[in-house]
Amino acid sequence: MSEPLEITEHAVAAAVDAALAAIASAADSAALKTVRAEHTGERSTLAQLNAQLRNVPNDQKAALGKLVGGARGRVNQAFAAREAEILEAEAAAQLEAETVDVTALPSRYRPGSRHPLTLLQDRVSDVFTGMGWEIAEGPEVESEWFNFDALNFDADHPARAMQDTFFVDPPESHLVLRTHTSPVQVRSMLEREVPIYVLAPGRVYRTDEFDATHLPVFMQFEGLAVDRGLTMAHLKGTLDHFVKSIFGDEAKVRLRPSFFPFTEPSAELDFWHPTFKDGARWIEWGGCGMVHPNVLKAAGIDPEVYTGFAFGMGIERGLMLRNDVQDMREMVEGDIRFSQQFGMVV
Amino acid sequence: MRVPLSWLAEYVELVPGTTPEEVHAALVEVGLEEEDVHTFEVQGPIVVGEVLEFVEEPQSNGKTIRWCQVRVAPDGPSTGSGTDVEGPAVRGIVCGARNFFPGDKVVVTLPGAVLPGPFPIAARKTYGHVSDGMIASARELGLGDDHEGILRLATLGIDAPVGTDAIALLGLDDAAVEINVTPDRGYAFSIRGVAREYAHATGGRFRDPVEQSSPAAVPEPVEGATADAFPVEVRDEAPIRGRVGSSVFATRIVRGVDPKRPTPAWMVARLKLAGIRSISVLVDITNYVMLELGQPIHGYDLDRLRGGIVVRRATPGETMETLDGKVRTLHPEDLLITDDRGPIGLAGVMGGAETEMSDATTNVLIEAANFDPVSIARTARRHKLPSEASKRYERGVDPQIAAAAATRVAQLMVDLAGGTADVGGSLIHEAAGRESIELPSGYVSELIGVEYTDDEVHDALAEIGGIITATETGFEVVPPSWRPDLTGRADLAEEVARIAGYHRIPSVLPVAPPGRGLTRSQRVRRRVADTLAAAGATEVLSFPFSTEAENGTYGSADGEPVASVRLANALDASTALLRRSLLPGLIGAARRNRSRGLNDLSLFEVGLVFLPETGRTYGTPGLPIGDARPSDDELAELQAGIPPQPRHVGVLLVGDVVTKQSGQPAVPAGIVDALDAVRQIGLATGAEFEFVQGSHQAMHPGRTAELRLMGRPVGYAGELLPALAEEADLPRVVAVVELDLDAVIELTDPAVEARAIGTYPAATQDLSLLVDRAVPAASVAAAVREGAGELLEDLHLVDDYRGQGIPEGSKSLTFALRFRAADRTLTAAEASEAKLAGAGVAAERFGAKIRD
Repeated sequence: MSEPLEITEHAVAAAVDAALAAIASAADSAALKTVRAEHTGERSTLAQLNAQLRNVPNDQKAALGKLVGGARGRVNQAFAAREAEILEAEAAAQLEAETVDVTALPSRYRPGSRHPLTLLQDRVSDVFTGMGWEIAEGPEVESEWFNFDALNFDADHPARAMQDTFFVDPPESHLVLRTHTSPVQVRSMLEREVPIYVLAPGRVYRTDEFDATHLPVFMQFEGLAVDRGLTMAHLKGTLDHFVKSIFGDEAKVRLRPSFFPFTEPSAELDFWHPTFKDGARWIEWGGCGMVHPNVLKAAGIDPEVYTGFAFGMGIERGLMLRNDVQDMREMVEGDIRFSQQFGMVV
Repeated sequence: MRVPLSWLAEYVELVPGTTPEEVHAALVEVGLEEEDVHTFEVQGPIVVGEVLEFVEEPQSNGKTIRWCQVRVAPDGPSTGSGTDVEGPAVRGIVCGARNFFPGDKVVVTLPGAVLPGPFPIAARKTYGHVSDGMIASARELGLGDDHEGILRLATLGIDAPVGTDAIALLGLDDAAVEINVTPDRGYAFSIRGVAREYAHATGGRFRDPVEQSSPAAVPEPVEGATADAFPVEVRDEAPIRGRVGSSVFATRIVRGVDPKRPTPAWMVARLKLAGIRSISVLVDITNYVMLELGQPIHGYDLDRLRGGIVVRRATPGETMETLDGKVRTLHPEDLLITDDRGPIGLAGVMGGAETEMSDATTNVLIEAANFDPVSIARTARRHKLPSEASKRYERGVDPQIAAAAATRVAQLMVDLAGGTADVGGSLIHEAAGRESIELPSGYVSELIGVEYTDDEVHDALAEIGGIITATETGFEVVPPSWRPDLTGRADLAEEVARIAGYHRIPSVLPVAPPGRGLTRSQRVRRRVADTLAAAGATEVLSFPFSTEAENGTYGSADGEPVASVRLANALDASTALLRRSLLPGLIGAARRNRSRGLNDLSLFEVGLVFLPETGRTYGTPGLPIGDARPSDDELAELQAGIPPQPRHVGVLLVGDVVTKQSGQPAVPAGIVDALDAVRQIGLATGAEFEFVQGSHQAMHPGRTAELRLMGRPVGYAGELLPALAEEADLPRVVAVVELDLDAVIELTDPAVEARAIGTYPAATQDLSLLVDRAVPAASVAAAVREGAGELLEDLHLVDDYRGQGIPEGSKSLTFALRFRAADRTLTAAEASEAKLAGAGVAAERFGAKIRD
């Protein structure tokens, strides 16, 4: 051991200066750790000076104690300050080092997508449930009675041949693949209490060859309202509201006289929009009308008391008009590039 | 129906210069939808020319051409050389045909003219001459199929001055609008009907051809037969649905016609525009009157008939040869026109070969009849013989015009083919009169939502030909004879609405009673699709048509034969079944994507499968009849006859689920991803699926999980049998899931009973157990869970180790366990005790030993 140090102002100041210089020169937290051991550790000058305090006379204890304590305080403060500086710098350096090219990172997530037809079907459903309507459903293999007879299609009426029906074998079983969503009208009227406001979306079948504008399997939605005092004006109002909901406020509906066995009066439904690809124009989108009294009777509803309206549109055509799909085959081939254009939004 | 405008203008006011588009627009307003416009697509100068002389010049190719001098203008310089192009009146023209003589009037298309094709005409050098135009054939002009030679105007009975515009002369300047006629509007298959509708649309004056077609020269047949009338008898012993096969039958006889007279050009042009080929003057007249009035006409060669006509049903096994030369075996429902030899016509559908008019016919029997629509529709369908006549009969022909139509034919034959009409003719007329319809005041307004005055209702119904009587409560309306579709008050409401215009209907949004939104099933299905899509799968929609092999393989887990719904008229006989499984459709979509270079796929479909039970018969032998509600029993029978068609969800993954990228190795798809897809479906449905080692003939025997819910099997997840993957040109590993979504929804209780969430500290411990390899990890976990009791909050498998240090036939399962008490901080000793209790049950049940 060397000579015990004497507590002098000079000695304390020298120790402090040496410590502050060393702290200032410490470049990183490892160096600072060494400096801390050297200048505040047990063997440091300041520690030794502090240890000497027990040997000083009582009358000097207070003054020297203050001198040494103050010095140690200054040094500790400097350590803390420098340590904060270094940690901050080191944290910054680490962040800098961790920088990546955010455009070059791998992805462990693969985006999926809904099919735009089912998405559009959901959207259409939402418009109607928003008006208080409910969504009705029925089987795809259906009894001819629901698909035709109950809808006022006479067994020999040419309209029945017009439908290009897939029949289940043997035909004497009177089962068909439903040719429209209209049988759900009949089911709804039989199962529900009047007033009835239902929308029936779903798959339907016709014996059409598969090409750019025809599909043997496609999707429709059918609306039906039966209540007291319903008029064709209510039908038009409903359709107007619907096309505005799906195509925007500028869309509007026009009715043209037509024929369907299950509605009387009947109408073709055209709608107009300013931004169709070939300019503003009327486009045919489905059929509608007031529910034929014979259809109400077949479902046990008194046509003298209640009236109803019904309409039916094709979802594929809606998608073609709305999103400019050119070839219907793309909708059914299952090529993921088709659906992925839409993601989960249509 | 195609309507030549010149023809239309004969019966309704048509402002000169009205375009086909304007006619279409007017007709659409009253419900006749536009289809197309037809024109002859010719452009002048096309003129009448006279062949002055010609020289025949044999050519090296074996042909002989004629170098003709043709006068195409009344006067002017004649050069004779054909080199003068400054509009010479006589032109040199090369012609390949040889069916004409000097002095013949012909149609000359001059340079600048355009024929259908389009085929522009120019002066051109050919066979050593400059041909200054062309002499046209009927086919080149679009008038017919005759290309035997050029058109000699004399054959059309035309002798017009040289230089006359041939376009107008031949009616080639006419245009036809084509409209779509809905099945209820049979009368619109006539110029008469369309003219009436055009009048409704425009307010123009309508002139009924039926009322003006009876000039005194040829009086109409009257009911009962005149002395010299042709004998006709209707003997229907088996009316269909109570309706006699023929209620009206009018005949006329015209004698001494010249069957070889040319059909006038105007008639040929109108028929052509209407889509009917000119055949001979007699046949053309019958077609012309059919188009004009909507009344099908049949003409017989009177001299080839034997005895009188009897209209009757066919007898079993009877046959006849129709006009098209086919011998047809008849059905007892077929309505026949017969004479003494037997059938001479399928009534209203097609005539017989033996009695048809020919170019040797001089005496004609004209038939204008009314046949029952149902009978005609069935016969036309049965013999696959849709004809212009059957099309009209099926939709209903005006029963009041038969006599007038027969007379119109007779008149035209007299006028155009010579001959004289017998006085009278015969007429059977037993068509029932129309019943009146009661139309209460205010009904139309209440149904349409427009306030029509009584006068408006009256006038609209009068305009369409109704006979209206005012009553105390409204109107009695007798619909016109040509409108069999008007049978109820709703039909009359449509007439009023369309005559007044649908544009008058306002837009009023009805207020529905409060609804309950989507049903739980609808919400869950949508969520399943959204969840799978959010987790990376792409939704596809496959056709549900399937093959025997697909249904046998994918639609039956154990390989037992299964029943399928089969289509009687499939588009493709090999895919005549309806699918029992969604997997073949997904496999097809995967293959299609891969063939287009898209290799990493995750696909799903939500859709119906069709699962008839083996040995059961579906459907119903009959159907409820009538317009009343069927009884509950009848409805229940219909419902019971419908085969089960539950909604399934299917998922298919192939290729990599994570592709190789910078710093990211590829993660190939496998059974793990199939099970995760099931978990995603579980999240969306609220179902907690149990995975059990399973087997399905289409799946990998060691990599198939049967999915159970409440102990009930609801589907499979795993990997496809590699041989099937290979067969489908897919890689060896194809992960698939198929679940009965309807069953999942039904078996899942949506009500969650929330547990209190403990906040005391957790104690975690691991447990390694040695068990026989055959014991499923899930069973061991269940035993541990049971033994550890309530303190065990969570347990999951962290390792399944087999190999060094583990006895042969055994495996070491390591579980991470998390314990927590609801009311205190657990001690390590308490946690250990619970763990050992768990191990104890596993030991008891499976002989599990604690490892370490």
